[in-house]
Amino acid sequence: MVPTEYYLVLSAILFTIGVVGVLIRRNVLIIFMSVEMMLNAVNLSFVALARHFTDLNGQIFVLMVMVVAAAEVAVGLAIVMTIVRRKDTTNIEDVNLLKG
Amino acid sequence: MFLFIVFALIAIVAALGVILSRKPVYSALFLLLNFCTLAAMYIMLQAQFLAMVQVIVYAGAIVVLFLFVMMLIGGGELSDSRKKGASLRGWLTWPHVTALVLSVLLVAGLIYGLIAGTLAPRQGNAIAFGQGSVEAIASVLYTEYVLPFELTSLLLLVGMIGAVVLARREA
Repeated sequence: MVPTEYYLVLSAILFTIGVVGVLIRRNVLIIFMSVEMMLNAVNLSFVALARHFTDLNGQIFVLMVMVVAAAEVAVGLAIVMTIVRRKDTTNIEDVNLLKG
Repeated sequence: MFLFIVFALIAIVAALGVILSRKPVYSALFLLLNFCTLAAMYIMLQAQFLAMVQVIVYAGAIVVLFLFVMMLIGGGELSDSRKKGASLRGWLTWPHVTALVLSVLLVAGLIYGLIAGTLAPRQGNAIAFGQGSVEAIASVLYTEYVLPFELTSLLLLVGMIGAVVLARREA
């Protein structure tokens, strides 16, 4: 059996790659995809710990996270589509109306 | 163990492909690969139901949604290219350097903490785990977690209404 720490390390690496993706990319779709990757990394962490503690609550929580992620992607992509239609750009630095 | 290493490498390379690809469609396909690899890992972690839900919801719906949106709004791969051409000096601005340094520190710290035992999870009691099958999750989901389950259906309804309203063209 693979030790739980290995799964947690992999989850940390994937989460960090997601964070880096959000920080260094300017295409709004890629940023969104990096956020989804972060959510998946946390899901992996939950499932690994659920097996470690032989507690099914971790898997139920993952189910809830998946539902929330699906709803968030639907609404988020609708917003992204509206913004891109208005401004005709997918560069997130062009969405700066609230800039001071 | 060997299988875990293979899946882990694929997941990491796919994740790097998501954030480093030139074209957003390639990123979406790398993301699909990442999701499927995670589904394989869920099976290794005795969460078979979650693995199938992962494939259906994440790989089968969310990535498809991304691809549809890219088809509708054109992806925009040119908007992310550097204006001065592909130079390493031009890329090393302070936000990029900070992001890289912090992420390396995060990963290094987490790995050290987990391997050296300071962040190690304690072994819990062996309750009835139920092998992650559909019956086991259903027996918990519809008894102990029936309220969150109903609330998630409400959440999905609200999300659907919001998405339809937001994506409407001005009639």
